[in-house]
Amino acid sequence: MFSFCTDPSTLPDWQWMACYLTTTKHMSLYWSVFTVLFLLAVTAPAALAFGFAGASAARSKIMPVSWLGKGYIAIVRGVPDIAFFLFFVIALDQAIEYLRHRALCPDWSEPVRQGNDFVVCQAAKMPLGNAPQWVHESYGFTLAVVTFAIVFGAFAANVLFGAMRAVPHAQLETAEAYGMSPRQTFWRVLVPQMWVYALPGLSNLWMVLIKATPLLFLLGVEDLVYWARELGGIKTPRFTEYPHGDWRMWYFLALLVFYLLFTRASEVALDRLMTRLSHGQATTAGEAQRKAAA
Amino acid sequence: MKNILLTTVAVTLTATLAMADGHAVVRMGTEGAYPPWNFINDAGEVDGFERELGDELCARAELTCEWVTNEWDSIIPNLVSGNYDTIIAGMSITAERDEVIDFTQGYTLPDPSAYAATSADLDVASATIAAQTSTIHASFVAEQGWDLLEFSTPEETIAAVKNGEADVVLADKSYLSDVVAQDDDLVFLEREELLGGGVGMGVRESDAELKAKFDAAITSMKEDGSLNALITKWEIGDTF
Repeated sequence: MFSFCTDPSTLPDWQWMACYLTTTKHMSLYWSVFTVLFLLAVTAPAALAFGFAGASAARSKIMPVSWLGKGYIAIVRGVPDIAFFLFFVIALDQAIEYLRHRALCPDWSEPVRQGNDFVVCQAAKMPLGNAPQWVHESYGFTLAVVTFAIVFGAFAANVLFGAMRAVPHAQLETAEAYGMSPRQTFWRVLVPQMWVYALPGLSNLWMVLIKATPLLFLLGVEDLVYWARELGGIKTPRFTEYPHGDWRMWYFLALLVFYLLFTRASEVALDRLMTRLSHGQATTAGEAQRKAAA
Repeated sequence: MKNILLTTVAVTLTATLAMADGHAVVRMGTEGAYPPWNFINDAGEVDGFERELGDELCARAELTCEWVTNEWDSIIPNLVSGNYDTIIAGMSITAERDEVIDFTQGYTLPDPSAYAATSADLDVASATIAAQTSTIHASFVAEQGWDLLEFSTPEETIAAVKNGEADVVLADKSYLSDVVAQDDDLVFLEREELLGGGVGMGVRESDAELKAKFDAAITSMKEDGSLNALITKWEIGDTF
């Protein structure tokens, strides 16, 4: 990185540190911070969408739809995260490849399952075997987003389902009395009012999601925690220009600070959002705001 | 003359087609945390004995290869489900693993496994022994009925001995020797174990074609002495 980095073993401490912290390997660590932030930025709305769909389905008057919504909430919430991540992702990946295999290689005669092996034709591979590494990584990342969205969507669905029921029933009856259709009642009266009840639960989910990102490594995406562990490990002079002892404690300390700052910033943002959502609502917080203003 | 040319073209064409059906790019799966076998260097790339060996094997077998890292725990499941095509990660050939995947011929002799502890006078039978999960070392300790403490990375097994969580670590001598040389607190015990049947490349059982190619490349490297040169260079152990 810097011009003086050619022979690190002769450098004074601060220069050594400057060189050490800017190796290509460290750049991977800094880059993985963005991977994690990007994952959160994509996953949170996706999970919310899954949750909203699940909750709306669960309170549907059409029985099969309601069963589907309730089944989704109950099953996904019950399965341990790690099991879900290991099983579901491999299953999803194999399902995609199997479908592509049926479509793209109709004259393939060998079975897809050969003992322990899962074998599809080269053209059905997802991503293709000769695709560059970044395509493989983006694919892994996409699988991760879908899996996170499904898992956290189930929890969000439960929160939203409860929030929808918490909206005072009199409000809905009034809307009906004004001649609104069920659809209008749902979108104009129920949905705008439910957020204030949903937010405490959703903010919990957000906090858990922030800390769940190391699960990414199970999917082959190299996240922050992986790099911290790899970089912090003992390095002997034979294999690196920058030998050091077991520094994992310092790396994890830095991670701790990062996650604490991040959750703190989230808390502040969520508190502001709560204040805004409470405005004009028939809740204690909304009432307090009205009195303070009056 | 023209006929010969045409035949050559035809042969080349079929060969290319056969290649297209086989492996356009061979993805090499490794752990990247086990120097000198495989590790991530300062530039963030896979490096080490197996990197050099693998690149040479691919060149000899005329394959295009790409390196991927995967956690040791799930390295076999990801191979059989097709996320990469080979495992080249210091994996010893054992009967247990051979049931799930296939191995090429060994590219190292069985490497002696060594014990490293904070003091040299230690009875391993009554000690708590740290080893990496799903390795020959972990299964050896378990078979002996000794007290076993498993960790997911080799790094953590060393850390466990240093912070007193375990009394002694059992691992490949080639891995430990560098660690012990650098660390004043750790010493080798006199006792060593000879485990496993050498290290080979893992491939899917259905992938006989790829296995044959790598087998041939390893044989050619054994014959011209270049494999021995690599083993000496990276201080892996005995030469063939």
